[in-house]
Amino acid sequence: MKIKQLSVFVENKTGRINEVAQILGRHGVNMTAFSLADSADFGILRMIVSDVKQAEQVLREAHFGVSVTEVVCLSCSNVPGSLSNILDCLAKEQVFIEYMYAFSEGETARVVIRPTDLDRCIDILSRCSCHLMSRNTLDQM
Amino acid sequence: MIWNPSKECMSREQMRILQGKRLHKLVERVYHDTPFYRRKMQEMDVTPDDIRSVDDIVRLPFTTKQDLRDNYPYGLFASPMSQIVRLHASSGTTGSPTVVGYTRHDLAIWAEMTARCLSAFGTDRNDIFSVAYGYGLFTGGLGLHYGVEHLGATVIPMSSGNTAKQIKLLHDFGATAIACTPSYALYLAEAMAQTGIPRTEFRLKTGIFGAEPWTENMRREIEAKMGVDAYNIYGLSEVMGPGVSHECEYKDGSHIIEDHFLPEIISPDTLEPLPYGQQGELVFTTLTKEGMPLLRYRTKDLCSLTDEPCRCGRTNVRMSRIVGRSDDMLIIRGVNVFPSQIESVILEMEEFEPHYLLIVDRVQNLDSLEVRVEVRDGFYSDEISKMLALRQKLSARLQSVLGIKADIKLVEPYSIERSEGKAKRVIDKRILK
Repeated sequence: MKIKQLSVFVENKTGRINEVAQILGRHGVNMTAFSLADSADFGILRMIVSDVKQAEQVLREAHFGVSVTEVVCLSCSNVPGSLSNILDCLAKEQVFIEYMYAFSEGETARVVIRPTDLDRCIDILSRCSCHLMSRNTLDQM
Repeated sequence: MIWNPSKECMSREQMRILQGKRLHKLVERVYHDTPFYRRKMQEMDVTPDDIRSVDDIVRLPFTTKQDLRDNYPYGLFASPMSQIVRLHASSGTTGSPTVVGYTRHDLAIWAEMTARCLSAFGTDRNDIFSVAYGYGLFTGGLGLHYGVEHLGATVIPMSSGNTAKQIKLLHDFGATAIACTPSYALYLAEAMAQTGIPRTEFRLKTGIFGAEPWTENMRREIEAKMGVDAYNIYGLSEVMGPGVSHECEYKDGSHIIEDHFLPEIISPDTLEPLPYGQQGELVFTTLTKEGMPLLRYRTKDLCSLTDEPCRCGRTNVRMSRIVGRSDDMLIIRGVNVFPSQIESVILEMEEFEPHYLLIVDRVQNLDSLEVRVEVRDGFYSDEISKMLALRQKLSARLQSVLGIKADIKLVEPYSIERSEGKAKRVIDKRILK
């Protein structure tokens, strides 16, 4: 199950991420998860949001450079070794991961994965009986 | 259409004779009426009688912008103020302004030569021009204005700024031609697209751009974005204003209005004249101007000349595009860098917007060149490595063109100032002693 992820190009300037957050807040867009990748003078803010289309539009209007990519989001139990089990499946099948980020709460952990080959990754994860999350289940969080 | 075939299609020999006669008369006049030139000529031991043909021009003194400043405001005028009917002045961003005075006759010539340009761009009395150059002390607005009227076409004296109104009037008045700086044209084209009004509702077909150097890539960009046939018009206020040279339908160099302006190319280092085809600094002698005639005015614009006949039928000398200015040329780590070189690399790459800013600095005695560019929508990525690859691609291309390494900084959309006049594209922070 593919989830749309919104990426925003931000220069390394104080307050820039807050501006993104403020704009989304003003338009009632909720962030389910996000991570920031950075380099020397810019960063890329990657987010899973409640309304990708609207978020993309309002950020574009505010002159942000944005792109939308698809990722896979899965949930697993928040215990030692559970992430390793999943990554083992992917490694065995030679699936390359560009980046991933995760967050956990109580007994559950959720992982966002951006593989090079998304379809193959989903296929393998399903066969490994991983719990893949849909847009709806994400919204209920 | 050729507006004035008898002047624009003269044989080279006839042109030389005409220029020689006019040069002699000019030198007589400035010798008698401009103390500045009399003194200079006396210092060089030259009298008006020594100047008989265009070949004798090398015996005459040069004039620089500094001379204009030193003789501020009216010191170089050759006509009494009772004969001067208009003044223009440069902005003076790099010192005190330079003032130019025109007699009634000068203005008539200016309007005629600008009409020649407009005619070469394929426009005629049926066209409606929006003149979006600044009106005022700058020669762009009024220069084009009277040219359009002389052509018999309709002029909208729009002036610069207020882009929303520009677009509304272009649309509502059914303008078929626009005159402005090329950087403003790009800005305007973007703004037009943002209004959502379909291009078919505009009647614009011709764009007349000048007052700052631009490139072939920029032409393509403007033509694609604005949907006009884009022509170069060249001029400078010290010499007259817009209309000193112009392109024709072949867009293969700009035809110089040679019966009024005698061009030369010199080496900016040795000041020796260079033959046709060689690149150097463009120098003009105003053959017929009365208000403020200039001998061998150094434009600081770098280009080359050719007297090869043009397919359009005009026989006058053509100048290449301005490749840079001998005074805004950046010397970075000992290497000559022209912003126009950097611009053409950026314009060649679809991944970037055509706007850029160069920041030159000196850190620990080492020059640095930073190039700020915006990534074009559609080329942003969620991966740092892809963004870095974009940057590397530009860096490699720049290095191959410039011979030095530039630090590329990717900046957010619209963070580089869109200019409504001459674009400020270089910030040189070095303090050179």
